[in-house]
Amino acid sequence: MTTITDPPKEHFRLSMLLYDTRYRSATIQVIAMIGFMLLAAWIISNTIQNLETLGRTVGFGFFSEPSSYDINQRLLEYDSRDTHLRAAFIGLLNTLVVAVLGCITATIIGVMVGVLRLSNNWLIARIMTVYVEMFRNVPVLLWIVFAMAILIESLPAPRAFRGENPEATMDLFGTVAVTNRGVYIPEFLFSRGLGDIHLFGTSSLRFDVSLDLVAFLIVLGGSIFAMRKVSAWANATQEQTGDRPTIWHIQLGLLFVPSAILLTVLGFHLGYPELKGFNFTGGTHLRNSLIALWLALSLYTAAFIAEIVRAGILAISKGQTEAASALGLRPGRTMRLVILPQALRVIIPPMISNYLNLTKNSSLAIAVGYMDITGTLGGITMNQTGRELECVLLLMLVYLTISLSISAVMNWYNNRVKLVER
Amino acid sequence: MSDVSFVRTEMLPEKAPPASEVGVLGWIRHNLFSSWLNAILTIVSLFFIYYVLSNILAWTFQSVWNANSLSECREIMMATWGDTHGHACWGVIKDRWLQLLYGFYPPYPAHPDATWSNPPETGAWPAYFRPNLTFILLLVAIAPVLFTKVPRKLLFVTAAYPFLLPWLMWGGSIWGPLMVAAGFAIGYLAYKFVLPVAGSLIAMIVAVALPILWWLFAAGSVADAINSVIPIGIASVESRDFGGFMLAILLGVVAIGVSLPIGIVLALGRQSDLMIVKYLCVGFIEFIRGVPLITLLFVASLLLNLFLPPGTNFDIILRVMIMMTLFSAAYMAEVIRGGLAALPRGQYEGADSLGLNYWQAQRLIIMPQALKISIPGIVSTFIGIFKDTTLVSIIGLFDVIGLTNGIRADTAWNGVYWELFAFIGVLFFVVCFSMSRYSMYLERKLQTGHR
Repeated sequence: MTTITDPPKEHFRLSMLLYDTRYRSATIQVIAMIGFMLLAAWIISNTIQNLETLGRTVGFGFFSEPSSYDINQRLLEYDSRDTHLRAAFIGLLNTLVVAVLGCITATIIGVMVGVLRLSNNWLIARIMTVYVEMFRNVPVLLWIVFAMAILIESLPAPRAFRGENPEATMDLFGTVAVTNRGVYIPEFLFSRGLGDIHLFGTSSLRFDVSLDLVAFLIVLGGSIFAMRKVSAWANATQEQTGDRPTIWHIQLGLLFVPSAILLTVLGFHLGYPELKGFNFTGGTHLRNSLIALWLALSLYTAAFIAEIVRAGILAISKGQTEAASALGLRPGRTMRLVILPQALRVIIPPMISNYLNLTKNSSLAIAVGYMDITGTLGGITMNQTGRELECVLLLMLVYLTISLSISAVMNWYNNRVKLVER
Repeated sequence: MSDVSFVRTEMLPEKAPPASEVGVLGWIRHNLFSSWLNAILTIVSLFFIYYVLSNILAWTFQSVWNANSLSECREIMMATWGDTHGHACWGVIKDRWLQLLYGFYPPYPAHPDATWSNPPETGAWPAYFRPNLTFILLLVAIAPVLFTKVPRKLLFVTAAYPFLLPWLMWGGSIWGPLMVAAGFAIGYLAYKFVLPVAGSLIAMIVAVALPILWWLFAAGSVADAINSVIPIGIASVESRDFGGFMLAILLGVVAIGVSLPIGIVLALGRQSDLMIVKYLCVGFIEFIRGVPLITLLFVASLLLNLFLPPGTNFDIILRVMIMMTLFSAAYMAEVIRGGLAALPRGQYEGADSLGLNYWQAQRLIIMPQALKISIPGIVSTFIGIFKDTTLVSIIGLFDVIGLTNGIRADTAWNGVYWELFAFIGVLFFVVCFSMSRYSMYLERKLQTGHR
């Protein structure tokens, strides 16, 4: 007769670190950690040694020195006596401007192309396929320099607008001038404006906020809030009585009337560009570099977005549409309540990663001379001060911050719309 | 039953469908004019196509090939068609196509005096023999990987190619690449001889450590020693002479080839249960994916030499290759992670229940399926990295886009844009489009019909 005894209690032996799966993972992790730390220490000590040999120190003092270069396309006031930090700040804003503009147009074009690629019109579907393949298979840098060349080479010079019978005329009822030096569009002016508030005093991050804009946004926000209230009231009435009151005219009025009144009170008018001397004055001047970058990035990214939209729509099975019709939903509501919420779940994550790509690709601005953060901090500032280490690391940090913030938003959204499965 | 007055006993013959429903006419009706909106769209797009094609075709084919400068081109256009607009001047491509393809790579590197602008009267080899041979060998080396019908013996070329490529392109002594290759042989032999003596784990450690020691401390001096006894080598070419489309292919091939294995390892690391390994991989991947490639290229051109021991000054193209490889490895890792995540849990459990260990399970069960799922993503990463090789023009390498500025700086071709852009665009389009078609072919071929 045998008795089952407990297995003998094992004593820890050194070889168990390798051969026992309970300890092996710890061993591997410790080795990985030590390896990583050694690598980091090696790089840092090399860097310190190299910097010593070159007789350089690391520091960000250069940020408070005057930049002594000009940035021609900018949102805030800036001149060459401002500091390098100010220049980097202006550059960052320029990056964000082109990224936001690019994302908006890329989405519009991309969604249109993606839907049209599924059109039952054979010709349209083929044209859109050609567009998508053409843009996806050629480097974006080539598209950017190509767009820049088109703008510079094929648009009329400002002097072509002069004289009795000018060779070129302004577009859109004489409000927009498209020239080879850039596009001049009307600017918003207020004759009885509220003025600006100056944030951050005279520091490098000083920032003017137009009170007119703030007032407008407040009124618009109020209008939208009121519209939602009206809509909620309509819903409640419908719940109680079964009849939905007509509210669209109330909604329209709420949306436009308060804003219109505010704009009239503030004396809103447009400032049109005018030809004076050899160039246009007045209006807002969008330089070629901005337009070329904007155009090329949006068209390039739109090709990718089109594919995503198409895949998203194709991913929804036909049964969903049929089931919605069987419930008696009208086509518009089918799209809004059934198809879109499901398609968006497929579409949004890759779409946001394409927005990220667009933002990162906007660093190619340096190829056409648009002064974004790469052109200022990673371009002229770096060349002038010779602080490669600080500038490049800071540049990476800026892009990393932008990317990680967008990723965080994406993760939040993903978690919100995630299908709750078993 | 007698009150049934009429019962048909035979079917009527089938009628042909109406002419408007079948054939070309039916197709046109269904696909182009199915509704009013569609009809309008069709007509508008027909006009659009006509407009675009008539302009582009006229520009492409009513063009000047035999001209040595833009002004000469314009004279010929003026004489032939009476205007200078709407006609391509392909003379620039005819004049500079070799430069656009090969950069300043010397056509006859065997002749010490021969340069791009001063070719020898008679070359012993065809011009650009070495880059062309490298390219042909590339096709031979990837053929057995891409297509199963190709003889398997060609895989030997594939194995030798990583050592042939740098030797053929940069030249120099053959012993350097051979000694690097010898490191792998040493590792293999070490594994084979240590395995019976000690356990598999120790054998593995020795097989990794020995080659690394060999490469770090012995390979260089051994290569020099052998070279002083038996000098076998070809003329060496400086990195600054590399350029053109050749550079894009070179960078693309290296980045693609090296990043796939690194990407697999990173993806496995990110999926692993080992917390520290996992976070190291996550940190690396998210960092690389969060910054634009151009900043990594700045690192390659400005900072990498700072990070390495004082006195190391290695080649700019090698530095760019390293950064591009790391860049594409991070993207590859994410694509493969997607494939790993898409595998049903049962596959992992099935592998465990068969008693396979981690690496066996990965090699035999997980990876074949995960890689198959991620083929579209992998290929689009390949295409992306190949297109991104053009960014090196920003850090001053003579990539094909960088060369256009140089060509335009020449007084003869000052102001020529469209022909160069069209040429470059077509080059990239052909390569990238074939890659995406190949991925579709592969997807179809590997489809096992489970879904």
